[in-house]
Amino acid sequence: MADTAKKGGGTARSTGGRRRSRKDAAPSIADEQPKALLEYYRQMLLIRRFEERTAQAYTQARIGGYCHLNLGEEATVVGLMTALKERDYLFTNYREHGYAIGKGISPREVMAELYGRSTGVSKGWGGSMHMFDTEARLLGGYGIVGGQLPLAAGAALAVSYRGGDEVVMCQMGDGTTNIGAFHETLNIAALWNLPVVFVVINNYTGMGTTVDKSSAEPELHKRGSAYRIEGVRVDGQDVIAVRDAASDLVERARSEQRPYLLETMSHRMKGHSVVDPAKYRTKEQVEEARANDPVAAFEARLEEAGVLDDDAKKEIADSVRDEVTDAADFAENSPNPEVSTLFDYTYATPVANESTRMPADPVFAE
Amino acid sequence: MSVITYRQALRETLRAEMHRDEDVFLMGEEIGVFEGSYKITEGLLKEFGERRVRDTPIAEEGFVGAAIGAAMLGLRPVVEVMTINFSLLALDQIVNHAAKIYGMFGGQNSVPMVIRMPGGGGQQLGATHSQNIELYYSFVPGLKVVAPSTPAEAAAMLRAAIRDDDPVLFLENLGLYNTKGEVPDDDDTVAEIGRAAVTREGSDITLIGYSRMAAVAGQVAEKLAEDDISVEVVDLRSLRPLDRETIVESVRKTGCAVVAEDDWLTYGIGAEIAATIQEGAFDYLDAPVRRVAMAEVPMPYSKPLETAALPSAESITTAVHETLRAVGRRVG
Repeated sequence: MADTAKKGGGTARSTGGRRRSRKDAAPSIADEQPKALLEYYRQMLLIRRFEERTAQAYTQARIGGYCHLNLGEEATVVGLMTALKERDYLFTNYREHGYAIGKGISPREVMAELYGRSTGVSKGWGGSMHMFDTEARLLGGYGIVGGQLPLAAGAALAVSYRGGDEVVMCQMGDGTTNIGAFHETLNIAALWNLPVVFVVINNYTGMGTTVDKSSAEPELHKRGSAYRIEGVRVDGQDVIAVRDAASDLVERARSEQRPYLLETMSHRMKGHSVVDPAKYRTKEQVEEARANDPVAAFEARLEEAGVLDDDAKKEIADSVRDEVTDAADFAENSPNPEVSTLFDYTYATPVANESTRMPADPVFAE
Repeated sequence: MSVITYRQALRETLRAEMHRDEDVFLMGEEIGVFEGSYKITEGLLKEFGERRVRDTPIAEEGFVGAAIGAAMLGLRPVVEVMTINFSLLALDQIVNHAAKIYGMFGGQNSVPMVIRMPGGGGQQLGATHSQNIELYYSFVPGLKVVAPSTPAEAAAMLRAAIRDDDPVLFLENLGLYNTKGEVPDDDDTVAEIGRAAVTREGSDITLIGYSRMAAVAGQVAEKLAEDDISVEVVDLRSLRPLDRETIVESVRKTGCAVVAEDDWLTYGIGAEIAATIQEGAFDYLDAPVRRVAMAEVPMPYSKPLETAALPSAESITTAVHETLRAVGRRVG
């Protein structure tokens, strides 16, 4: 992917404003492989349909807890995941279902985790916010805002300690750039020359508070400058632009052994979580998000370029629909974890006198 | 067998473990060029270099979290937080991440790391630098919390902590660093985390402590023996997991107990021990369990006030006497 990184001016540097119009900087797709383009489209559609199904299952109470969806952010998700090599590591926050799928985890395992089943990617222990897969090198979704940042720096430290050439990507939301861990981690990553790319998904709203109300420097990619970390802003609604910008930074982090910061300008189509009706949003914001639907826009572009015709569109739509249905069926039919396994994952090294009592058990039975 | 200090025991164990395993490395505040605020890591930067002895910025959440991330990829960081007081800045990383990563991801990734940190009063350091807040960590499943009281235990326990696949909080007490004890040469004993030790056998009363208080309890027991009072001393060594059996077994034998702790009384570790005794040895008790703890105040700077606030050999002795009087035994 590195050879295409500079193509088409996709790494839209800051223009000072909040948004760039997608059409301003959209890199040309004329030189792209149709097969790759169709795969991006398929993955974006898969995440879209998966999340729609997730929202439905949540309202049917098949899924519990919190549930933060990637709807509206599919281009960012797929663009970022395309930029990573298989051996690269990923840390995310709690808005992660799409990333798990994009990093190569089967939608079955992702959906089963949402259902809390033993077949889930975290065996039913994590749920929506805590997906993890050693093989896919998804090193976790984390529920505390910014908690994943120091961990990502530490993973990059381990890579560097061993002289490896993997890169760590660390995804976060815009609100994260205000917490202490953001600043402590960027400082450490720069001091220690760690190969980590910090990615801020700027959907302009941290829960209900807008970026300009929470960040004294609302151009978030600039916040790396205090640590001499180069920051880049890109149109997050354009999968090619995101891929190019992310590939560029990932490969530079790899070859130069230093951290980078990427800000993707995105739109969240729904509230913060499934239960958030997002009443804080203005009519204008809602319309803007709808008008910037990345899946529809990419579909139109592919059709315009003659890459996607009606037959291919139907084929992809059908296969995605089947895959999501299969994932939901798999989750529905998977067993819950056995209650007897409740104490299996407190400690990796067994210890003397670990308490494994259930609430009704006496501490000492005579 | 050599007689060395608690400080030397820690340093020699760190050195040996770093030679033994390339994945073991040190990071923390002032541990390299400065050679450690309490000189535990003296000489180690010179011996192992910057890759393995890493000075961190004063940013506890950042560097403790980075150690967790490094441990997730299989390294074995031994982190020094300058004092336990500063670990509060890293509380989120320790409680929400180090403790939970193994469980919340279904056992896929352990966190093999050690966080070493001293604590304790008695140095006229005032309210924010004289705390024993081990309770905060001992509350959390997923963490292991140890607090050895002698040089030999410190060495064996540090080996165990470094080789353990879980996050271990290794608590030191400023008052113990210069204490001396016999430590076997060329030893490779690995302590068993989760086991208490009966460090002195006795029949009249059980005296329970950990870290500095276990050491003081031993001195008290020795003195009381001169008055023909036979004290059994239990050194908890491990606060999580807690060895309830050893505590209860001892109290069932002696019929009464005093708990000495270097932290605040209310909701403290002594409360947990007293509850454990009630649950496991109620029928054997001849007197209520007494607790000796720190005064419930922010630690004052003034020397006489600070001394009055700390549990001492005298306050423990008094508690033992009062308990034995309650049992109906004439003492003193």
